[in-house]
Amino acid sequence: MYLPDFEYYAPSSLPEACGLLAQFGARAKVIAGGTDALPKMKQELMAPEALVSLKNLSQLTNIFYEQEKGIIIGSRATHNDLANSPVLQEKYLSICEAAHHMANNQVRNRGTVGGNIINAVPSADLPPILIALGAIVKLVGTGGERTVPLEEFFSGPGKTVIKQDEILTEIILPDQPFTGSTYMKFGLRRSGALAVVGVAAAVVMDGDICKDARIVLGAVAPVPIRAKKAEELLKGKSVTDGLLEEVGVCAAGESKPISDIRGSAEYRRDMVRVFTKRALKKAIQEGHC
Amino acid sequence: MQAITDNNGVKRYLITLNVNGDSYSRVVKANTTLANFLREELDLTGTKKGCELGDCGSCTVLLDDKPVDSCLVLAVEADGRHITTIEGLAQHEKLDKLQESFVNNAAVQCGYCTPGMIMSAKALLNRNPHPSEQEVREAIAGNLCRCTGYVNIVKAVLAAADEQ
Repeated sequence: MYLPDFEYYAPSSLPEACGLLAQFGARAKVIAGGTDALPKMKQELMAPEALVSLKNLSQLTNIFYEQEKGIIIGSRATHNDLANSPVLQEKYLSICEAAHHMANNQVRNRGTVGGNIINAVPSADLPPILIALGAIVKLVGTGGERTVPLEEFFSGPGKTVIKQDEILTEIILPDQPFTGSTYMKFGLRRSGALAVVGVAAAVVMDGDICKDARIVLGAVAPVPIRAKKAEELLKGKSVTDGLLEEVGVCAAGESKPISDIRGSAEYRRDMVRVFTKRALKKAIQEGHC
Repeated sequence: MQAITDNNGVKRYLITLNVNGDSYSRVVKANTTLANFLREELDLTGTKKGCELGDCGSCTVLLDDKPVDSCLVLAVEADGRHITTIEGLAQHEKLDKLQESFVNNAAVQCGYCTPGMIMSAKALLNRNPHPSEQEVREAIAGNLCRCTGYVNIVKAVLAAADEQ
């Protein structure tokens, strides 16, 4: 299985990288970890004329906390960088856990959080938990930079609002009141399997009253979606098993799954009910986990 | 990284990789994968190619001490980095403890997955000298054994850990 020929660039600055993307237009692709781009090229699913590598932009691998801004995750941080990050482990273990259960160790050592977002695969594991925690992405292009809430970043399977000359540089997690969050993935195997259903939940608890909640569903719609009716159902109420079941049923109703080799639409919808309930319970009882 | 264009306009890049302690400089095309670089440029054919899509782990090598699928790394992206392949484990013709343990525990059937399995296991023992069975299984989850001989493989890794 051979890769077709392509031009290769490894720019040492962001402006240079964006300039190359502007110059080649749709004929260029960014390569970060390569765990998605290279299989696609080998399988002739895409044939870019040029690859623009981010390998020399080492500032994009950092994960750190910045006062009044929140946690900044460099887009080139690998899944294992996220899983092992002391900053994330302290604040949002839920993100570390989501990263740790992706693909397999070899892929987690190369694949990047930016790539997981940019590829916009509906079953991707990181977007649901990042959206639940209010993540914002920073996009840098030839005309300057802008930020977009991750929730508004996806426009369809494989499609996002990023422009041809833009590079996703940072994922920003602003400080927030959530007392608990988690991502629960249901795959057909524990390792190396895409999510059949993925549910992320974030909650603000005050005693047994749920003050605020976010529920994000993965793999059951063209893009990760918020189950907003289910969130409303939960807000301001005292949490009981009965209420969580109702919220699960509501979230299932908001999902728009398809049938494919990994599961039928009916099955997926029912799994949304089950995993919404379980994820909420876990986030309520165990905090960020 | 220096680019060299030949008379036909084909671009090649001068890269230097440290493989098993030795430094190698080669001129390669951008589409050369690390797996092909090791096998075809350096004749290090211990690294196997299976699915070539990052699912099977046969081509696992250590890139700066971390296991990666060498079929999903461009050689140009590994420029300046340290690579350890299965050929780099034995010292002075003495097999590594893991290799010995694979032999002693009959953890090899057809042998095709073995180099990748051992590299994944090596990376695990380097950072966690006494793993649990669950940790071993997790570490080799990205390595498929087409003979499905996982039981003895796990046994071999645990035995090698005990010996350390």
